[in-house]
Amino acid sequence: MKVRVFVSLKPGVLDPQGRAVHHALEGLGFAGVDDVRVGRMIELDVADATSDAALEQMCQKLLANMVIENYRIEKLETA
Amino acid sequence: MAFRAAVVTFPGSNCDRDLAVALEKVSGTPALRVWHGDAELPERLDFIALPGGFSYGDYLRCGAMAARSPIVRAVIEAAHAGVPVLGICNGFQVLTESGLLPGALMRNAQLKFVCRTVPLTVENSQSLFTGAYEQGATIHLPVAHHDGNYFADEATLDRLEGEGRVAFRYGDAVNGSQRSIAGVLNAAGNVLGMMPHPERAIEPELGGSDGRTLFESAVKALVAA
Repeated sequence: MKVRVFVSLKPGVLDPQGRAVHHALEGLGFAGVDDVRVGRMIELDVADATSDAALEQMCQKLLANMVIENYRIEKLETA
Repeated sequence: MAFRAAVVTFPGSNCDRDLAVALEKVSGTPALRVWHGDAELPERLDFIALPGGFSYGDYLRCGAMAARSPIVRAVIEAAHAGVPVLGICNGFQVLTESGLLPGALMRNAQLKFVCRTVPLTVENSQSLFTGAYEQGATIHLPVAHHDGNYFADEATLDRLEGEGRVAFRYGDAVNGSQRSIAGVLNAAGNVLGMMPHPERAIEPELGGSDGRTLFESAVKALVAA
């Protein structure tokens, strides 16, 4: 089973990288970009029997830093 | 009485030797060297030091992989048992990632690697790591990091301030840290994490000796005890 974990900074946590990307987009002439926040997507290939609870634990114990980040788990249907 | 200190080396650590040299110069006893894959620490340690560097290539997040390594599980146990633990730079990042210290160290606000000597204020001279400094003294230590921007939520910051757990504060704008925090203590006072490098300032030939006082504080507090 393929699983995608999206890790993003919590609202309110300043994102210097997002701000720099925002500036760069403006520099390229793209108007109307209000905000940019940079996150990370992690793709896992796990046994089909892997429980939701185990996936949550993986996120909380390692993949995300719960002090500053949120995560979202997306399971992809196997083809 | 010999001062039994251990320095942990992770793959990618690069200040471990400097740290061992500083500990030996001040305590007179060679520091024990521990490898990240070891499951156990040497017995009867007086002091554990986590060095700067780029453990595990900073993969995922700075300090994240090291914080889950076998030896850090042993360090966490030792810290809970009261053994003093000092984490410098990447070692500080490992301590926040491991949960031994609150908060997180994010990318510097200006996005640049900062490498220079900075002024610091000693905010708490009562800890076992800082007892030989004057309260409120301005000292100078080198910093060298890309991710030293200390972040914690407001409630945590207020608690740290209220409990005297901010050990050092930057004297000028270095990396965007909340409330200019450069070093924090745990609630019990036996764990200190700091971004500046005291081990790089232990004698005038190195550009300053303000860092030596930190090791002298610890050796004095622990050997006398």
